[in-house]
Amino acid sequence: MAKEKPDLVYGTLDMLILKALQHDPRHGLAIADRIQQMSRDILHVEQGSLYPALYRLEAQGWIKAKWGISDTNRKARYYELTAAGRRQLAAEQQHWARITRGITLVLAGT
Amino acid sequence: MKTIRSAAWRLFGVFRKARRELEMAEEMQHHLDSLTERKVAAGMSLTEARAAARQEFGGIEQLKELAREQRVWLWPDQFRQDVRFGFRMLRRNPGFSFLAILCLTLGIGTNAAVFSWIEGILFHPYPAVAHEERMFALAGITRGASGFNQLSYPDCVDLQRNSTLIESIIVDQLVATTLSIGDRAERAVGGLVTANYFEAIGVRPFLGRAFTAEEGVGRNAHPVAVISYETWKNRYQADPGIIGKTQYLNGVQHTIIGVTPENFHGTFVGVSFQFWVPMSMQETFDPTGYKLEDRGARAFESFVFLKQGVRARQAQDELSAIARRLESDYPETNRGHELRLLRLWQSPFNVAAEMLPTLEIAFATGLFVLLIVCANVSTLLLVRSLLRQHEMTTRLAVGARRGRLLQQLLTEGLILSVLATVGGIAVAYWCRNALVLAFPSQSPGIIVNLPGQIDWRVLVLSAGVCVMTTVLFALMPALHASRLDLAGAMKSGSIGGHAGSCLRSMFVLVQMSLSFVLIAGAGLLMQSLQHIQNASPGFSTKNVLLSGVDLLSAGYNVERAKRFQDQLLDRVRTLPGVESATFARVIPFGLRDFSSAPITVEGYEPGPDEHPIADYNQVGPDYFGVMGIPIVAGRQFTRADDESHPPVAIVDETMAAKYWPGKDPIGARLQVKDRWMEVVGVARRSHYRTKLETPKPFFYVPLRQNFAVQGGLIIRTRESTAAMTGALAHEVHALDPNLAPVAAMTMHEHVNRGTYTQRLAVNLLALLGGIALLLAAIGLYAVISYAVSQSTRELALRIALGARATDLLRLVLSRGLILTAAGLIIGAAAALGLTRLLGDRLYQISPHDPVAFGSAFLVMTTVALVACLLPARRATRIDPAAALRA
Repeated sequence: MAKEKPDLVYGTLDMLILKALQHDPRHGLAIADRIQQMSRDILHVEQGSLYPALYRLEAQGWIKAKWGISDTNRKARYYELTAAGRRQLAAEQQHWARITRGITLVLAGT
Repeated sequence: MKTIRSAAWRLFGVFRKARRELEMAEEMQHHLDSLTERKVAAGMSLTEARAAARQEFGGIEQLKELAREQRVWLWPDQFRQDVRFGFRMLRRNPGFSFLAILCLTLGIGTNAAVFSWIEGILFHPYPAVAHEERMFALAGITRGASGFNQLSYPDCVDLQRNSTLIESIIVDQLVATTLSIGDRAERAVGGLVTANYFEAIGVRPFLGRAFTAEEGVGRNAHPVAVISYETWKNRYQADPGIIGKTQYLNGVQHTIIGVTPENFHGTFVGVSFQFWVPMSMQETFDPTGYKLEDRGARAFESFVFLKQGVRARQAQDELSAIARRLESDYPETNRGHELRLLRLWQSPFNVAAEMLPTLEIAFATGLFVLLIVCANVSTLLLVRSLLRQHEMTTRLAVGARRGRLLQQLLTEGLILSVLATVGGIAVAYWCRNALVLAFPSQSPGIIVNLPGQIDWRVLVLSAGVCVMTTVLFALMPALHASRLDLAGAMKSGSIGGHAGSCLRSMFVLVQMSLSFVLIAGAGLLMQSLQHIQNASPGFSTKNVLLSGVDLLSAGYNVERAKRFQDQLLDRVRTLPGVESATFARVIPFGLRDFSSAPITVEGYEPGPDEHPIADYNQVGPDYFGVMGIPIVAGRQFTRADDESHPPVAIVDETMAAKYWPGKDPIGARLQVKDRWMEVVGVARRSHYRTKLETPKPFFYVPLRQNFAVQGGLIIRTRESTAAMTGALAHEVHALDPNLAPVAAMTMHEHVNRGTYTQRLAVNLLALLGGIALLLAAIGLYAVISYAVSQSTRELALRIALGARATDLLRLVLSRGLILTAAGLIIGAAAALGLTRLLGDRLYQISPHDPVAFGSAFLVMTTVALVACLLPARRATRIDPAAALRA
């Protein structure tokens, strides 16, 4: 089975995770699903690489984790945004908007 | 904030590594399982689904490692690595490590010891007391006069009654007396305390009980005593059935009701108390009379415990209000008297106040020594870092960051200072009682107790010193070492460079100049001490011996005592070698204090807030002759000035000048304690308590007209103390076989006992100055030696070209002496500024005394010369052939 390329722009994973957690706490797999679903299947996160990113975000104090029970009745670690995480998400979204606008302008030029 | 939290989080991760590991595995497993489940639901077989899930997830072990890096901070791991490596380096250079740790131990230990003394004497003097932080000393002041007074007992009672902020007030008055057990009599010091004493301080007797409330009242009604653990152990051989036994205190039988715990020594800084008796027994222990109902008798030292949460400022306000009320209620005795709440270390009534200047000097000196040590160890590190240059260049060449190198070097420094701090605290622990050794031998029976206190505050401060020291001594060499010029160093393989030699010279300068300050300071204090010791107290210290007989504890009443004194004087005067002899209630410069009383001077109109008060002494006939105090006008006391003749007094020059300015006081009248006396003489001003006191009015009255059973015997003789003690014992024994005189002591010894704080300061400064000098010499030696070893080729070349030994000597010495000279100039400039801080501790000597500065110059130059000469001589012995071929 041919593996689809993750297609993620370098450094955007953190932002996508924060976004995926914007409304509800989720566990690892659910985060990956959420990103895939929100991007209408365009973005596929490499499942395992979520974890280093999650731990990094946790160390920064942007998300926090607690144990809970998943829909499949398993014990799972749920991540949720902290207040600092919300601020970070807003900042990163703004930054991303600026950058993409710039890139679009460059590409649209003649 | 963010970085701190993230750092903390990561650090936390280190300690909970095992749990984290487990959680991480569990979490990833859950993910895999869920993924597998999903694929099974989509129709895959279990095996297929598992493989697919694993592939989608990625390499689980690599991911774990990646994740670990995110969560575990690298620094603690690196630190552990650095520590291990640092220890290896220390073991590889045992000589260097030993020297560095020794120096640092000396510096940190000195400071830790000084901290522990300051803590034990000033800030935490009564570790056994339950709420020391709420304990304050109480003192009175008289408006318009300087100095503190004690309190009167009725005032204390009123304070306790009227205060809402004070939890309890205790009186604790030192009494010296004779403790007789069986036929053994010894001097003992104890406390006359209010009945609530033990309850207020929270000390529970370890045997028996404390005083009850009713034992505090009733004149002489409760002869009971609590004894100290030491007394119980040493005098009663730890008798378990001690409670209920009796002992004689001041000739009165007391029942022992309790024994205090081992760690309790009373609440008087400097002296261990041996017993405590209730306040009701005051009269028994005080020959000057019953004072518990006399509001004018300000004779008691007291402490208060504030209620929880009450601030000193509030309590002081309330005290002042109460004092004002007392003033208006009892104008006779209380007008002009205020109350002051003092921190324990400010208490003027114990040894703490005397020790303060010495502790200040010790503190400053300790810091100086620490700085010198830092400069010294820096020099050592710098020289060593040159030897490690190869290691450093290799590390840099293979890609170590400079910061990482710096971290490694600082860690090595930290290892050194942590080891030294542990050693230093051990030094402080051994030295905690060292101050007692410096104390002069006191009268027998006084147990001097000046313990250092090593508690958390001392430990925290020492840890602070440890960190500060590390930064001071390790940072510069580390910065220097990590700033290597890689290309240059690799190419030439040579070491040193201009910056390094500059830094080394700077460290030597620092050491030389700081040592100079210390030595000049020690010289000043030493001369000051000499001046004090040579200064005349205003009476002769030569050919005067002191002794005494304890008549009070032998139960003599006034009549018997008078008869005994007369008979003894007659016998002593006829002893061979004795010129004259007399009795006095108080011998100047002694532990017992003079009587003090408000006076009224006929014809003198005191100012509105002035309350004339003067100290006086009760002295026998011929006192002035025996003491060698000249009478400048009128006459001295004679045997005729007794009970049957009109009361007379002799005033000193200060008093004459104050109350009879420009007039002749002879024939004037003076009222003391309702009794008018006629002034018959003026005595030359002398010193009464210390040589440093400011002159205050003082007068004398005849002992016979103001008799006190307890007194000192003063003898003018050329005989030795030993001969006199023997002869005296014989005469006393002939008069009363039950009595023995106190061993004779020369007046010179007696007076010099009072200079112990100055002696202590001189000894401390001389000792630390010596250490500083030694360290500076080692530093200079190391630098010059190193320079010589580095320029071996150059020196060899010079020899080969015909330079003589003297030329080489001059070459090497000049370098060292230039450094020395520069160090001395900086040191002298610093000392000129700093010795002024010694200020009033200097007696009749300028803080810029040329002799002190000159000797410091001489000592430093000599030592520097020796330190340079050794390597210089080595330079002349270089074998040019060998050196040039090498």
